[in-house]
Amino acid sequence: MTDNVDRSKRRLLLAATSAAGGVAAAGMATPFVLSFMPSERAKAAGAPVEVDISAIEPGTMKVVEWQGKPVWIVRRTQEMIDLLAKHDGDLTDPAGTVPQQPDYCNNPNRSIKPEVFVVIGICTHLGCSPSYRPEVAPADLGADWGGGWFCPCHGSRFDLSARVYKGSPAPTNLIVPPHQYLSETMLLIGDDKQKGAA
Amino acid sequence: MKLLKNLVGWVDDRFPLLDTWKEHLSEYYAPKNFNFWYFFGSLALLVLVIQILTGVFLTMSYKPDALFAFASVEYIMRDVQWGWLIRYVHSTGASMFFVVVYLHMFRGMMYGSYRKPRELLWIIGVVIYLALMAEAFMGYLLPWGQMSFWGAQVIVNLFSSVPFVGPDLSVLIRGDYVISDATLNRFFALHVIAVPLVLAGLVFVHIIALHKVGSNNPDGIEIKKNKGPDGHPLDGIPFHPYYTVKDIMATVAFLIVFCAIVFFAPDMGGYFLEANNFVPANPMQTPAHIAPVWYFTPYYAILRAVPPLFGSQFPGVIAMGIGAIAVVFLPWLDRGKVKSIRYRGPIFKAFLASFVISFVGLGYLGMMPVTPTYTLISQVLSVVYFAFFILMPWYTKIDKCKPEPDRVTFK
Repeated sequence: MTDNVDRSKRRLLLAATSAAGGVAAAGMATPFVLSFMPSERAKAAGAPVEVDISAIEPGTMKVVEWQGKPVWIVRRTQEMIDLLAKHDGDLTDPAGTVPQQPDYCNNPNRSIKPEVFVVIGICTHLGCSPSYRPEVAPADLGADWGGGWFCPCHGSRFDLSARVYKGSPAPTNLIVPPHQYLSETMLLIGDDKQKGAA
Repeated sequence: MKLLKNLVGWVDDRFPLLDTWKEHLSEYYAPKNFNFWYFFGSLALLVLVIQILTGVFLTMSYKPDALFAFASVEYIMRDVQWGWLIRYVHSTGASMFFVVVYLHMFRGMMYGSYRKPRELLWIIGVVIYLALMAEAFMGYLLPWGQMSFWGAQVIVNLFSSVPFVGPDLSVLIRGDYVISDATLNRFFALHVIAVPLVLAGLVFVHIIALHKVGSNNPDGIEIKKNKGPDGHPLDGIPFHPYYTVKDIMATVAFLIVFCAIVFFAPDMGGYFLEANNFVPANPMQTPAHIAPVWYFTPYYAILRAVPPLFGSQFPGVIAMGIGAIAVVFLPWLDRGKVKSIRYRGPIFKAFLASFVISFVGLGYLGMMPVTPTYTLISQVLSVVYFAFFILMPWYTKIDKCKPEPDRVTFK
């Protein structure tokens, strides 16, 4: 009816109202989105774990839980350690160039002591937990198998230093968690800073 | 009777009751040449109602808590009066939902139901399908068995392969660094409230869009082009009573199959309910063989068929995602002169057949353990699957079509 409407003023007010509303909506959305992040309790569950490794027989594996994930501790035999150096050509990353381990474990054995190997038992492909297959050349894994882990979900293969074989769906070696020796038989998993007894 | 008429009149003055009834049922004119493929839309609606009804009752006895979830499902199965029946109807309904929806989608592909003017109707349908997959995936975590746990672990980890934001994204989805109580609790909320609400809304919009453009038919021609003096399509018949009656017949046949599964094979030999899911979730140990439920396996096989590129799993995840949404592009890929397979040439028929074979074949391979031979076959079938879409603009154009009839063919 009235044509003396200030249209530019109307547009400005509309834009200003929309902008203010948008900011308010984004502000309102923030707590809802953040409520999806891990709670304080979930964060606190990542505390380091102490493990007594004296009872692990040579060639066998112990599984402990850290941050809700399985951590494997294997006491490798000398034959196992000797085999590790012999198949570098079959591995995706034999030298550990991708930092999947703390610096003090960046050696051919990926461990502090060659015979004790600590690794997070979660496949770097899609998070399954591979099966421990220490036997040499079993029927289902082929004559070349020198012991290691086989992921049942998608067929990734790892050697006894949890280094991934070429041709596996997993892109990288399994992750070695930070850990340290508190004594000859006590391991602390999840923390390598605090000074232990020995 | 007079009282009822007065009541209807009273409501109709305040709400478009009779208009709605007429527009969507008694005067919604559907082509008279529907065949059995047209049952699956109504059947999908039926299964949705079954799922909501049984779901509400399951919620009353289920506990979304990592400590109690597995036991509460066993409580439903053993102690709740008739609880076993309600749960088996719900679990069977989940699989049958996909059976019905896959057949419904295939119907659309055969008769060109995605073509103009039904593109938006088709897109809404694809969104419903995606919402249904999310609903099924989150529902599968709730029993908190081994398959629930490790299936969710694998699928959520797909998101962590996204460059840059991936790891944070997967933590955001889980609410924890691993699948845990927080994940279970939020999946429960999404499964029983958020996604069903979205689904119901989408189904409503799907039907409204359908009734705007009108149903396609096995001949793929528009019945609105031939209207009688009364303004109604000559080849159309009112949905009610003609198709309501026909759909009741389909409902009876469907429920016979449905009940046979519920009573005699609720786990369907491990396809509907996997054996490993009768073992409580154990975050320390992955079962020796894990596979998703059958309705996800075609895409899972595509995921496994793509090798890691540049040290990342992401290309496989992308292929899987595109595989799942590829049908949404059909309206713009199809350059055929006719809509229906009845008047298409041999090339389209051959490609559609190869598509079905690749989809079923990938579905089978997705359930199998990984071997080099199976991986190779998966790779071949993945190429066939995508070729159906990528080559479509070319082969639908050169294909020799038969002339379409003016009126629907009807015996």
